[in-house]
Amino acid sequence: MLLVCHACSALAQQTDSVKVTSLDSVVVARDRVNKEIIPVQSLSGTALNNLSAHSVADAIRYFAGVQIKDYGGVGGLKTVNIRSLGTQHVGVFYDGIELGNAQNGTIDLGRFSLDNMTAITLYNGQRSAIFQSAKDFASAGSVYMTTRIPEFTPGKNDNVKGTIKGGSFGTINPSVLWEHKLNDRIKSSVNAEYVYTTGRYKFSYSKKDGYDTTESRKNGKVESMRLEGGLFGKITNGEWKAKVYYYTSARGYPGAVVREEPGKFTHQDKQWDNNFFLQSSFRKNYSSHYSLQLNGKYANDYLHYLSDPRLDVSTMYVNNHYKQQEVYFSSANLFTILPYWSINVAGDFIYNTLKADLYDFVYPRRYTGLGAVATSFDWQRVKLQASLLGTYVHETTVTAGSAASDKNEYTPSVIFSYKPFANKDLNVRAFYKRIFRMPTLNDLYYTFIGNKLLDPEYTTQYDVGVTYACNLTNTALKRIEMQVDGYYNQVKNKIVAMPTSNQFRWTMVNLGYVKIKGLDVAVQTNWQLKKETNINARLSYTYQKAQDFTDVSSDYYGGQIPYTPWHSGSVIINPTYKSYSLNYSFIYTGYRYTAVANIPENYFRPWYTHDLSFSKEMLLHKHQFRFTAEVNNVLNQQYEVVLSYPMPGTNVKFICTVTL
Amino acid sequence: MKKVQVYYWCLLLFAFCACRKEEAAVPPTTTQVTTGESGPIKGFFLLNEANMGSGKASLDYFDYESGVYTKNIFNTRNRQIELGLGDVGNDIQIYGGKLYAVINVSNLVEVMDVATAKHIGIISIPNCRYITFNKGYAYVSSYAGEVKIDPNARLGYVARIDTTTLTVKDTCVVGYQPEEMVIRNNKLYVANSGGYRVPDYDNTVSVIDLNAFKETKKITVGINLDRMKLDSDGNIYVTSRGDYKTVPSNTYILDAYDKVSDVLNLPASNLTICGDSAYVYSTEWSYITNRNTITYAIINTREKAVVNRSFITDGTEKKITIPYGIAVNPETREIYVTDAKDYLIPGRLYCFTPDGKRKWDVETGDIPAHFVFTHTKLSAQ
Repeated sequence: MLLVCHACSALAQQTDSVKVTSLDSVVVARDRVNKEIIPVQSLSGTALNNLSAHSVADAIRYFAGVQIKDYGGVGGLKTVNIRSLGTQHVGVFYDGIELGNAQNGTIDLGRFSLDNMTAITLYNGQRSAIFQSAKDFASAGSVYMTTRIPEFTPGKNDNVKGTIKGGSFGTINPSVLWEHKLNDRIKSSVNAEYVYTTGRYKFSYSKKDGYDTTESRKNGKVESMRLEGGLFGKITNGEWKAKVYYYTSARGYPGAVVREEPGKFTHQDKQWDNNFFLQSSFRKNYSSHYSLQLNGKYANDYLHYLSDPRLDVSTMYVNNHYKQQEVYFSSANLFTILPYWSINVAGDFIYNTLKADLYDFVYPRRYTGLGAVATSFDWQRVKLQASLLGTYVHETTVTAGSAASDKNEYTPSVIFSYKPFANKDLNVRAFYKRIFRMPTLNDLYYTFIGNKLLDPEYTTQYDVGVTYACNLTNTALKRIEMQVDGYYNQVKNKIVAMPTSNQFRWTMVNLGYVKIKGLDVAVQTNWQLKKETNINARLSYTYQKAQDFTDVSSDYYGGQIPYTPWHSGSVIINPTYKSYSLNYSFIYTGYRYTAVANIPENYFRPWYTHDLSFSKEMLLHKHQFRFTAEVNNVLNQQYEVVLSYPMPGTNVKFICTVTL
Repeated sequence: MKKVQVYYWCLLLFAFCACRKEEAAVPPTTTQVTTGESGPIKGFFLLNEANMGSGKASLDYFDYESGVYTKNIFNTRNRQIELGLGDVGNDIQIYGGKLYAVINVSNLVEVMDVATAKHIGIISIPNCRYITFNKGYAYVSSYAGEVKIDPNARLGYVARIDTTTLTVKDTCVVGYQPEEMVIRNNKLYVANSGGYRVPDYDNTVSVIDLNAFKETKKITVGINLDRMKLDSDGNIYVTSRGDYKTVPSNTYILDAYDKVSDVLNLPASNLTICGDSAYVYSTEWSYITNRNTITYAIINTREKAVVNRSFITDGTEKKITIPYGIAVNPETREIYVTDAKDYLIPGRLYCFTPDGKRKWDVETGDIPAHFVFTHTKLSAQ
C-alpha cells in the first residue's frame, strides 16, 4: 500500500503557492449563483482576492457540498471531493481544458496558486453551457480555474505587477507578472512564481487525563517554480489563445504521525515533479447559425519518488520514476437552429502513456475517443438542456494480454430550469446525470496492485433546487442571492482497494456501492451601511448522509463513509471601508468517522478554524500598492483533516503587491 | 453600526472558541461471550495490527474465569503513552512476567507488565517484525540492516535484547527481510523473505549460533519464507508465501539435521502447533486468477502429513472473509481463528470447540492477528 500511496501523489501538473491578486482590470460577476441552471458556486475578483487562501484548494473549502482532503502544510496533498462521489469523479479544468492525470485520476489542488487566478468555479453535474468540448460533459462534477486575461487601460501597453508574500513555516513566495499589448489584436502575458517553505510547524496531541505532547512537523520542505506564458488574440467574431505552463518542484513527505520513540526517526522521503503543458484554443462564430471551438493540448509530466534507508533507517529503499504524456484534441460545433434552440456536436480525442521503472510494468497506452451531442431549449421561462456522451477507450500494453478490454459507454444528462414568475428572480431547477470514471492506469496496471478486469465506476445524480435573488432598496441589505439544492447520488461499481493475503498486498476491485443524500445551501448578501462602508457576507451549509451499502452481511452496512461529516459549513464576512478591507472566514467540519465502522475508536472530532485578514490599498509614487496581513487559525485549534496528518495552528502571512 | 458589528463578531468568536472539549481515551468494550471456567491458562491477549498509517494497533484480552472478552485494553491503562500502542502490531509474546508487543511501523517493542498490561518500557528497533526468547534474552527480527553499497541489497538482522534492562546488546546480520524465528538446541532459525526484492526473493533460513551470536549457515528452503514453528519432535515447520503468481505458497519441514526433510505441498499463511497437530490456514492470492483461495488444514506432526482439510466443521468458515490469526489453547484444545474482514472495519474472533464447532464469536480491533496465552490473570484495571 505504501507504493500506492506514493503513486497516488503522482499527480500531474501544477503550481504551488500562496497568493491573491488585486487587479483593477478584473471585474467579474462576483457570484453567479443564479445565472446558471445547474448548481454552481464561484469565487472571483475581489471576493477571491480578499480570502486568506494559500491555494485553489483552500478557496474551494468555502463551497457547499465539497470535502477537501488535506494532508497539511503548504506541500501536503489537497484533493477535492464533490458531493461524496469521490475525488476521481472531479474534472479539473485550467482555462477551459481539462488537466489530465491518467495515472491516478486526481489533481492536487494545493499546487495551484491563486496568484494569477481570477475565478474558481465549481459545477455539480456539468457546466450548463452546451457549447463546450466533449470532456466538459465527462465528469460528475467540475472545477474550472480561470486565469487572468490581460486588459489594458487606454494608452497603456504594459502591465507589470510584483507580489511578495512571506510568513509562517519559513515561507517566501515572490511572483511577477508582465502583460504586454503587442497590437490591437494580440496581447501577451508572462508570469513567474517561486515558493520556498520549510513546512515546519508545531502541533499538539493530547488526551484527557493523559498525555499532552507538542512536536514539530519535519521533512515538509517545498521548493517550487511556476512559469506561465500566454498569447491572447482577437479575430473577427472570435478569439484564440495559447498557453505554455511549466511547474517544477521538490518536496519532502512529513508522513503520518504515529507512535515512535520521540526524535529517533525522521521521514526523509522526497518527491520531485516536473509538469509541462502547452495548450491552445480557438473559437469563432462563422454565422448566426454556426460556431466552432477547437482545443488542443500536449502535456508531459514527470515524477520521481525516493525513499532512502541511508537517510531514514526505518524505511525500505524505493526509487521510482513515472513519466506521463497526454495529447488532446477537441472540436465543438454549435448549430443555432432557431433563436431558442441550439445543438452542439463535439468530438474529443485523448492519447495517454505512462512509463514507470517498476518491476514487471506493462507500459500502458490509452486511446480515448469522446463524442457528445447536446441540445438546449431556451423558451420563455423554461430552459432545458440534454446531452448524450459516448466514450470509447482502447488500451495497449507492451506485454501481450495485459491490456484491459475496450470500453464503450453512453451516458446521458438532462438539465431543467423554470422561472415561475416573470418579475421575480426565482428559479426552480433539476438535473439528472449519469457518468462514469475510467479505472486509472494505476488501478489497472500498477505492479502487484492493478487489476485489468476492472469496470468503470458509475455515478448517478438527481438534484432539485431553488435559486432566488433580490435587490433591495431603503435597507442596509442591498442584495441577497441564495440557492438550495437537495440531491440523491449513487456510486456503483466503486473501485476500492481490497486486501489480499496480507495487509501489505492490496488489489483493486469493483466492489463498492454508496448512496448519498444531501442538501447544499449557499447564501450571498451585500450590505451597505454607509456611503463607503460595505459588507459582503456569504454562508454555505452542507448536510450529507453518504452511506456504504456494499456488503449486506457486514455489521457496518449502511455506515457513513469515511471522512464525510453530516454537517459542514462556512462563513465569510468581508467589510470594506474606503481602501481598507477586512476579511473574516470561518470553516466548520462536523464530526465524522475515519472508517465505515462508525464506532468510538474511529470517531474524528469536528474542527473549525477562524481566519482573519486585513488589507489596505494605496498610491505611493504613482504606483498602486496593496498590503495584506493574515492571521489564520486565530484560535490555534489543533486539528486533523486526515487521520495522523496534523494541520498547522495559528499562522501568519504578509503580502505586498505593487502594480506598475 | 460599526460597534454593533464588532460586538457580534466577538460574540461569534467566543461562541466557537470555548467549547472544544479535550478528547478522552476510548474506553474498553466488554462482552460476556461465554460462561467462565478455570484452569491453568487464565486468558489470552490478542494484538490487532490495524492499518498502516492509522496508528490504531490495539490490544484485546479474553478472561477464561469470567468468560468476558475485553476489546481495546491498552489506551485507558496507559493514558500517558503518546499516540497509544502504535502503528501496525506485528507480534506479541510473554516472557518472565512481561508482555512484549512488536509494533512494526512504530519501530519499537512495547514492554508491559503481564499482570496489568501497563507500560514498563520500550525497545527501539527500526522495522521490527517478530520476537522470541531464550535464556534471559529476547531476539527481534528486523528488516533494517545496514546499507552497504546497493540500497536494494539491504540485509536484515536479529537484535539480542537483555530482558532485564530492555537494551539491545548485540545484532546479527541475517538474510533479506527476516520474519519469524524459532530456537532449537541453542540455535536461532530465522525465515528470510526478501519480500522487498521482487522478483529476487530470498529463499533461505539463517541459522545463528546463540553462544557466539553469529550466523553459522543458511539453509535453502523456498522463496519468500514467512512463518516458522517448532513441533514436539524438534522439527521446524517453515512456510513460503510463493510469488503470488506461478510459485504457490508451500510448507516445508526442517529436520534435526537442518535438512529440508519434507515438502508438504500445502499452502500456508499461518500455523500454530499444539500437541501433534499443526493447525494451518492459507489465504493465497493469485495475480493470475485475481482471487483469494482460502483453505484450512491440520497436519499430524508425527506423520508429517495433512490429516484433515477442515478443522472448522460447522460451516462457520463461510462467514470468515480473510482468516488472519490462529491459536489453539494447549489445555482445552479450543481453536481460535480471527477474521480481518476488509481490513478497514473491526475484525471478528471465532472460538471453536476442539471438534471444530463454533462456541462463541466477538468483535475485535482492526485486523486481529496475533495471540498469546497467559497464565497470569490480567488485573481489572
